[in-house]
Amino acid sequence: MPNVTPPKKYNLIGKNYTTGDLYAKVTGKAKYAEDYRADGMLFCKLALSPMPHARVRSIDASAALAMPGVKAILTADDLPAPANSITDNGTVILANPRGYQALTNEPLFQGQPILAVAAIDELTAAEAIEKIKINLEPLPFVVDPLVSLRPGGPNARTDGNAWVRLPPPPPKPGERPPVTPPDLQTVKWTNEDFEDAKSGRLPMGKATEEWHVGDIDAGFKNAALVLDETFVTPNTSHQCLETRTTMAYWQNGKVFVHTGTQSTAQTVPAIARWLGIDQSNVVFISEYTGGGFGSKITGDITLVIPALLSKKVGAPVMMRITREEENYIGRARPSLHGRMKVGFSKEGRITALDMFVICDNGPYDMVGDAFSSGRIVSVLYQPMAMRWRGLTILTNTPPRTSQSSPGGMQGIAIMEPVLAKAARKLGVDQVALRRINAPEGKAPFGPLVAGKQQYATSAFVKEALDRGAEQFKWNERKVNTGKRVGSKVRGVGVSVSSYSGGTIGFDGLFVIKPDGRIYIQSGVGNLGTESWTDVHRVVAELMGVPWDKCDITWGNTSKNLPWTCPSGGSQTTHAMTRAASAVATDAIKKLQEIAAKDLGGKPEDYVVANQRVARKGGGAGLTLAQAAQRAIQLGGKYDGHELPSDINKFTTVSATALAGQGLLAVAKDNYPHDGNTFSFVATFAEVEADVETGQYKILDFLAYADVGTVLHPNALGGQILGRSILGIGHTLGQKWVYDQHYGLPVSKRFHHTKPPTILDIPDKMAWGAVEIPDPETPIGARGIGEPPVGGGCAAIMNALSDALGDEIFRRAPITADVILASLEAGKPMQDPLRANI
Amino acid sequence: MAENELAEPKTSNANAISRRDVIKSVIAAGAVSSTSYLFRVSKVWGQASAPGAVDRLITLNVNGQQRRVDVMKQETLVMTLRYKLGLTGTKIGCDQAECGACTVLIDDVPYYSCSVFTHTVRDKKIQTIEGLAKPDGTLHPVQQGVIDQQGFQCAFCMSGFVMATVGYLKTNPNPTRAELAHGISGNLCRCQDYDKILTAMMRGAENLRKA
Ligand code: FES
Ligand code: FES
Repeated sequence: MPNVTPPKKYNLIGKNYTTGDLYAKVTGKAKYAEDYRADGMLFCKLALSPMPHARVRSIDASAALAMPGVKAILTADDLPAPANSITDNGTVILANPRGYQALTNEPLFQGQPILAVAAIDELTAAEAIEKIKINLEPLPFVVDPLVSLRPGGPNARTDGNAWVRLPPPPPKPGERPPVTPPDLQTVKWTNEDFEDAKSGRLPMGKATEEWHVGDIDAGFKNAALVLDETFVTPNTSHQCLETRTTMAYWQNGKVFVHTGTQSTAQTVPAIARWLGIDQSNVVFISEYTGGGFGSKITGDITLVIPALLSKKVGAPVMMRITREEENYIGRARPSLHGRMKVGFSKEGRITALDMFVICDNGPYDMVGDAFSSGRIVSVLYQPMAMRWRGLTILTNTPPRTSQSSPGGMQGIAIMEPVLAKAARKLGVDQVALRRINAPEGKAPFGPLVAGKQQYATSAFVKEALDRGAEQFKWNERKVNTGKRVGSKVRGVGVSVSSYSGGTIGFDGLFVIKPDGRIYIQSGVGNLGTESWTDVHRVVAELMGVPWDKCDITWGNTSKNLPWTCPSGGSQTTHAMTRAASAVATDAIKKLQEIAAKDLGGKPEDYVVANQRVARKGGGAGLTLAQAAQRAIQLGGKYDGHELPSDINKFTTVSATALAGQGLLAVAKDNYPHDGNTFSFVATFAEVEADVETGQYKILDFLAYADVGTVLHPNALGGQILGRSILGIGHTLGQKWVYDQHYGLPVSKRFHHTKPPTILDIPDKMAWGAVEIPDPETPIGARGIGEPPVGGGCAAIMNALSDALGDEIFRRAPITADVILASLEAGKPMQDPLRANI
Repeated sequence: MAENELAEPKTSNANAISRRDVIKSVIAAGAVSSTSYLFRVSKVWGQASAPGAVDRLITLNVNGQQRRVDVMKQETLVMTLRYKLGLTGTKIGCDQAECGACTVLIDDVPYYSCSVFTHTVRDKKIQTIEGLAKPDGTLHPVQQGVIDQQGFQCAFCMSGFVMATVGYLKTNPNPTRAELAHGISGNLCRCQDYDKILTAMMRGAENLRKA
């Protein structure tokens, strides 16, 4: 056990409570985007491309526009040009001219929106769409990355098939170099490169990106066991239960947008950029969002369609996105084709790891899944030497984006079956094999940056494995697995998983008003994780104020919200508890100063507790209400008329609007932070398979997380088990199916690629947390949205191979027909490489 | 599904009057006079569909109230509830009987309201999430179960799950976890914390038995 700080005793942190949005949700009062109405609201409908790749030769909308009730048409020609964006530190991210736009004249996947029509009602808009003549020129297409890499294989875009990140250009003196879009290149392998495909192994031609650490050749030479395995993960749509429906209108030059988002504050600059308008002209309302999973980090660019139509016609426009449309534009996790060559010592330590992945990117913006998969595998299994190679190949399939644990989940799904097999071959216990390779403390990872590997802030994976194994009774359970009883056979599996768990540098903002209450401004999106409120418990905790004395304003950017992290990649808990600590510290300091001014002595002589600021050890003091009143009289920094210079300008605008209402606390998170923040989870599962039907059932499940301090147990449990099941869906049956000949999808709705249902889970699932605070952040809390996904997926796969042996599957998902066919043949009966089967 | 689902309404004389006349008459009759939003699922361009609207005025019993509303022949209950009666607590997750987000009770039985034609539920008792709590704000025991357990995440599926549970408990007030899971398995949650959902619904069942 490393030297760690024990968790502090808190009053609010770590306790369950009822979140302030729950009553509205459970009574049906909570308003999601499609629940808003506006006077004179029109509706719009989309025309979707029937072809996987085509060019629009002409559009004849005359008959449609002549229909009564039809108000306007919007085509790609009406869209503003893609604009650059600027990060918080001033770095310019140059727009990708080949990035995804809401409408197009060159559809690159079947189902891509070409144009939209606004009309008095949806029926009229749909009829108008049918009257529009779109003349399309079919173009070559490809829906399988390996087919595109073949000699003479088709390219998804007319000018290439592979995204390649170029090294940044040398910076000009005194300037930050801009971030340039990746380069589109044409990559074809030779027939010799494809030789391995004949035996079902992933061919490994020239990669477009690669890194290595240590000497893998020596690592393989010293290995007691070397495995070389190919594995393919599925493409899976995000399938948020709320589609990306949007309602928009304009008033006095400002656009008002209602749509789902994961991140309230961060969506404002995105909307401004997509519409080509100033940020100050955006009002964004999103109090409730029906799930995101990475597909709505800053809302979705599709929102410009109703916004631009609304501008054209001068009336509010509602765009309802159907489930099938959501399948096309609702984004998806990219499939990875992976090949892992892994060397093990006889104890199971990984001596060398050679990882090769091909990411099925879809036709638009480059996703980072290939690169992330290597980074996560590196941090999680700590190989003594590692090489990673990857390609990101374009296909004419719907655009991808980050899905919970982007790249991490796929890397773990490729790696874990290899570890399970190695443990069996070496006769090493599965938990022990993961333990011996587990990261610990400031664990190094990834490629060399300026000659050195980066490292984690902390890692307590061994503790998670030990406590999880004990709670799961691993040692007892593992004894009787793999033995058939009638047609049934049981197996147990363990996996480890990880993902980044937090960012830094955002702002906190609240006002203590003369009524003695604390009015907290939250720029966090409400996508169901409850971090929009949980992170602010830190303010009440540090100020010693009862939670019912705090009010949170959220979900409407006209209400003066602070600059906040994007809620994606498990950032929020970490980033915004830091900001909450910083802003609470600012308030405490201001209260102490006010007390010293009024009551004498030095600020340090005063403490803030029991809704008062009072002399240490008892004596004179002010209530928070009195201090708030004094702050208004004092003005300056106390009531927000003077603001710190380091806060984001988004926060400055909000704080300025709130100035003069009480004691205004505002601060940026400037706490030190040594390392990269990761969270971890050790996952255990038991399954029972029926060798006569091929069906299997999960009997028991435990996910034990290393997330530092626990903020809100019920919300954490929801995240751990909810994202575990998202991952389990990748094992049980979720996947895309494509007709390669026509380039058309077969899976378009829930029942074609069905998420797990309540019947797929075991009777009782459990979770735990090691609760060792992260040493590099004030409250010690890290995020957890991502890690459980790979953990859930891999633990079930490992339990299956424990039950049925190593010759059953070589890709996910693993369905009953695969199990039956493979058992009969005595070898995996899945097509090893073809995409989207 | 009711056997009169496809039956022509006897009072309909829709072909003889224009839509505008119907709306005018609706307004005159003091019924819900929304702009009569008309909806249709869109298909990939080039695949024709078959519209055909016929409006008429009917009375629905929703959450214990008689509501006059004009509906189209092919109008689904979820659209009537959401766009004509202002009851947006009932959600649309798929509009095609796959997810259960739109579940309401019709004569105490859970139905996917996206797959029920409005004109088939005249003379029936419709209950939505908005009709569960008492007028004084006291929550239904199943709603209280959600509060007790901090159930659900984004909650887009929640009204469907709660209505399905309330309906199921009418036939089996004391279910095991497995029985209740089976009873509400026609509902999808994409945030997928089914374990806590089931715990919240079991708590709701317990609350209901105690009430
Ligand atoms: S919306 Fe009715 S079942 Fe999905
Ligand atoms: S809680 Fe989000 S869909 Fe169920």
